[in-house]
Amino acid sequence: MKKKMRVLWLSAIACNGNTHSFLNYPYIEQFLDDFEFIYHPVIDSHYTLEDIVSKKIPCDVLLIEGAISKEFKRVDVSVVDIIEKYSKIVQKIVTVGTCATFGGIFRESGYEETSGMHFDQDKPSQKFQDLIDKTISVSGCPVHPEVLVNTLYAIKKEAILKLDNFLRPKEFYAYTIHNGCTRNEYFEYKVDNHRFGELEGCMFYDHGCQAPFTHGSCNKVLWNEVNSKTRAGLSCMGCTEPTFPKQNLFSTKKNMAIPENLPVGVGKRVYLTLAGISKAFKIDRLEKKLFDD
Amino acid sequence: MLDKKQLKKEQIMQSALELFASKGFYSTTIPDIALSLKMSVGNMYNYFKSKDVLAREIIQYISAYLGGKLRKINEEDISTKEKTRKIIEVYFKTASLKPEMIDYFLRIYLSNREVFKDGCEGMLCVNEFVTEIMIYFEEGVKCGDLREQDFFSAFGLFMGYLGGMVFLKGENVLPKDLNNYVDDIAFNIYKALSAE
Ligand code: SF4
Ligand code: SF4
Repeated sequence: MKKKMRVLWLSAIACNGNTHSFLNYPYIEQFLDDFEFIYHPVIDSHYTLEDIVSKKIPCDVLLIEGAISKEFKRVDVSVVDIIEKYSKIVQKIVTVGTCATFGGIFRESGYEETSGMHFDQDKPSQKFQDLIDKTISVSGCPVHPEVLVNTLYAIKKEAILKLDNFLRPKEFYAYTIHNGCTRNEYFEYKVDNHRFGELEGCMFYDHGCQAPFTHGSCNKVLWNEVNSKTRAGLSCMGCTEPTFPKQNLFSTKKNMAIPENLPVGVGKRVYLTLAGISKAFKIDRLEKKLFDD
Repeated sequence: MLDKKQLKKEQIMQSALELFASKGFYSTTIPDIALSLKMSVGNMYNYFKSKDVLAREIIQYISAYLGGKLRKINEEDISTKEKTRKIIEVYFKTASLKPEMIDYFLRIYLSNREVFKDGCEGMLCVNEFVTEIMIYFEEGVKCGDLREQDFFSAFGLFMGYLGGMVFLKGENVLPKDLNNYVDDIAFNIYKALSAE
């Protein structure tokens, strides 16, 4: 029998959204041929959480879901202590989702000093300094199951993953969500006239789409192999970023008609010049419904 | 460094501007402009294929000129109030030193839209200038100095006011020099746009 990679899935302060997202991975049986969960919140495993906490079970990869606070305990033991114990024996640590990476929604929980493992939003945290070299972050609320699984396979195959400043694999996070959206033409010619759920229009100008400044692969590696938020007609909420969550997700924050957040790396003058040019023209095809009766 | 052709083009645009201001846009012909520069008409066409092309390049030239001045102001580390004043100063200074430029903008560009309909759609030919005004507004709102509002309501208030003053000056209606109005106008505009 081939050797499976042993994985511990540890939930800290979390809604278990990543757990559920992972269950949507379409080839989970094949995955479970190659990996074994020594513990997972919903998949059967050899060991109980009590075993995990009281003993030191051999393990190759530690997955952490949820925001971290010293105060938060599993089976009466602080998650920080559990992380420290297992981090010594594993090859790699993966922070799964935005809470484990940056704090995310559960950064707002009542626990003392809650943050991601290495980042408190975009600020580096002082905790777990010695573990930085072992950690890979796969942010997202929830994480895209294929991003998580492919990262685990990369670890198993000892492939070298180049990471960005937030320890996220560039393979998946060097792109913006805008990249690959089926509405790109509407973005180019500055046509919003969108109604949620409809096929036409770009949601950047009025409807709060954060895709041009959000890193990830949602429009490259589709969800459930079918679709993405922005393709389906819902604005990207920036869930992979340290700034997540924000408020007023469905409207674009503007200062005198200029979006406050511009596409990543695009200067204000460049943006305004290009926008001014495309605004000068009206393209009938893009103003109309795609399927006209 | 500007190349020779560009330099010559600018000379032609400058002479054309002066002629438009004195003789009027429609009664100035390409031969008139050529004559004023002691150039042959044929040679003129090497630089501008038609009067409409010249007209469009002139507005872009003015927009780039004013845009460049505003950009310097936008890049200064000063308050929105000070920027407001400086923009007004620059605009009036240009109106005094190069009256033909502002005149062209107000009397020719804005009043003869048919000349500019192909190639100068929307704000296309005044992009550099409008971009800087947008940045001035955007940064003003962002830092809390200016009130958030529709861009055009703010733009109209600002540029309409300045254009109106320059127009009155051109009609010799203003008793004083434009510079004498900078304080009051800066006060009025800032007060009208400010968040307070
Ligand atoms: S809807 Fe969002 S992702 Fe799609 S083109 Fe517009 S900005 Fe980009
Ligand atoms: S589209 Fe945006 S909000 Fe939706 S999952 Fe992707 S990154 Fe997150």
